Amino acid sequence: MILEALVLTLRLAVLVSVILMAIGLPLGYWLASSRWRGKFVIEAIVSLPIVLPPTVLGFYVLVAIGPLSPLGRWYHSVTGSSLAFTFRGLVLGSVLYSLPFAVQPIAAAFASVDRKLLDVSATLGASRWRTFWKIVFPLGFPGVLTGFVLSFAHTLGEFGVVLMIGGNIPGATQTVSILIYDQVQSLNYSIANRTALVLLLLCFALLTLLYGLRRRSKWVLWGWQ
Amino acid sequence: MGAVGVAVSVADAAVPARDLSVHVQKRLAGTGKVETSLQLDVRFTIPAGFTILFGASGAGKTTVLDCIAGLHQPDAGRIAVGDAALYDSEKGIDLTARSRAIGYLFQTLALFPHMTVRQNIEYGLSALERGERDGRAGEIAESFGISGLFDRRPSEISGGERQRVALARALVTRPRALLLDEPLTALDAVTKTRILDDLRRWNDRHAVPILYVTHQREEVHALGNRVLVLEAGKLIADGTPHEVLSRPQFESVAHLAGFENIVECSVVASHAEQGTMTCRIAGTSVSLEVPLSRVDTTRPVRVGIRAGDILVATLLPQGLSARNVIAGSIVSLRQHDVTVIAEVDCGSNFIVHLTPGARDSLGLGPGKRLWLVVKTYSCHILQ
Repeated sequence: MILEALVLTLRLAVLVSVILMAIGLPLGYWLASSRWRGKFVIEAIVSLPIVLPPTVLGFYVLVAIGPLSPLGRWYHSVTGSSLAFTFRGLVLGSVLYSLPFAVQPIAAAFASVDRKLLDVSATLGASRWRTFWKIVFPLGFPGVLTGFVLSFAHTLGEFGVVLMIGGNIPGATQTVSILIYDQVQSLNYSIANRTALVLLLLCFALLTLLYGLRRRSKWVLWGWQ
Repeated sequence: MGAVGVAVSVADAAVPARDLSVHVQKRLAGTGKVETSLQLDVRFTIPAGFTILFGASGAGKTTVLDCIAGLHQPDAGRIAVGDAALYDSEKGIDLTARSRAIGYLFQTLALFPHMTVRQNIEYGLSALERGERDGRAGEIAESFGISGLFDRRPSEISGGERQRVALARALVTRPRALLLDEPLTALDAVTKTRILDDLRRWNDRHAVPILYVTHQREEVHALGNRVLVLEAGKLIADGTPHEVLSRPQFESVAHLAGFENIVECSVVASHAEQGTMTCRIAGTSVSLEVPLSRVDTTRPVRVGIRAGDILVATLLPQGLSARNVIAGSIVSLRQHDVTVIAEVDCGSNFIVHLTPGARDSLGLGPGKRLWLVVKTYSCHILQ
């Protein structure tokens, strides 16, 4: 039971972090480099999940993917199933919920890259694509790593959104934090205790690995600092 | 990705010696702090070799370079190398920075900190095959004396070496023109001269127009056959450094050309037969004889006098050709290297440069009464 929830949680966290990298890199780059006047609106939207109670976010996502919404109906017509109370729905909700934790460190790191480096790259004939991968990405990499791990850890520990849109279906939507809650509700304190301990150790191990890696990688890749 | 090599291949195809012609109009919004809005409007053509673009900070020098390089878009105008337009507002041409093949060296150099010297130099050659890339990088490193630094990072080499690497990185792509934005300001004279010699030697072979921005007058004298002076977005002078700086007609040039004294005067009388005018320094009873000039004598004029052109006498001098002998007293004396800088109150304060020897033999000190002697032709009317 614990193992099943643990595997599901890790699967969710990895998937969400990877998707968030695919969204966060271009979005972070755009936020860092755009001079569009309305940018602040996008920044506010991206940051919303930090201040919103998870239940509010979860509620709106649930409504949005429910059978009465256009999105829900469209998804149903394409796949023949519903997103609500499924693993996929959980992924969608978690991506939205952890979005700022991926985008903000990435955007900050990219914005701190000296613009002159980008200008000089352009005068040397490099495309924006090449400039991104050769200059912006390597120089902003510590921020990218931070964004990845934060979104991973944040997804690992989320509760409210999962509860709202995933329910509590073992093997499908029951994550570790939900399992703990479920066991406590049923007064199974010993299982709750073991589950909580596993999650605690896992998070500790991950963060230790991250900070250890960051120290080493700085030393190896960014010797000029 | 396929288009990465455009700049390089265009540069290869280009006939090296072609003039850079620039006509840029651009309205610059004020940053709020220092400058108010500025209307940039310049037009010039430069041949192969060094041309200096000279002006105070905020005059728009860097914006002109940015427009040429394609980093800023002008409001209107035309920028071309030879017949090939890089920007033409009428024809709707606006090549991106990366397809212009214009070398640009920033004041900050902007070396890529995470790359080695070799990776920096080879950055603009990604479209070439490995062998040719190494060949070109080796060749340029040789001519700038940095072959031994290939595996170092920018943080591990000296300031002068960084300049050389940045130059090599820009030149290895064989640009059609080179823009230099005060890149050598921070270097000592010897290092600077050596780098410029290497650059000259490189350009003897490649013959591209080089536009060199500076606000240091030593660099103007050392470098240019020709200097363009930019003030508040307009070109106000164009000629050899000697022509522009020795007979300055504009106040900004005057400050830059070393006029420590600029006084506002009203014209009291014109003496056409003597070739002079009498001016009174505003707010004082001090008069100056200045060269006759075709200025509007009803309006105040500004007169520039170099501190080193003023003589000092402790007794009232007689039998002099110099027309201006002004009584005053020393306010302060301070020494900067081998120059003694005296501030003298003659109703209006003058800065005078002396040698320590002159100070000592004349027994100069604060409060000392003396006379300043200024030749008529040391007084320059500014516009």
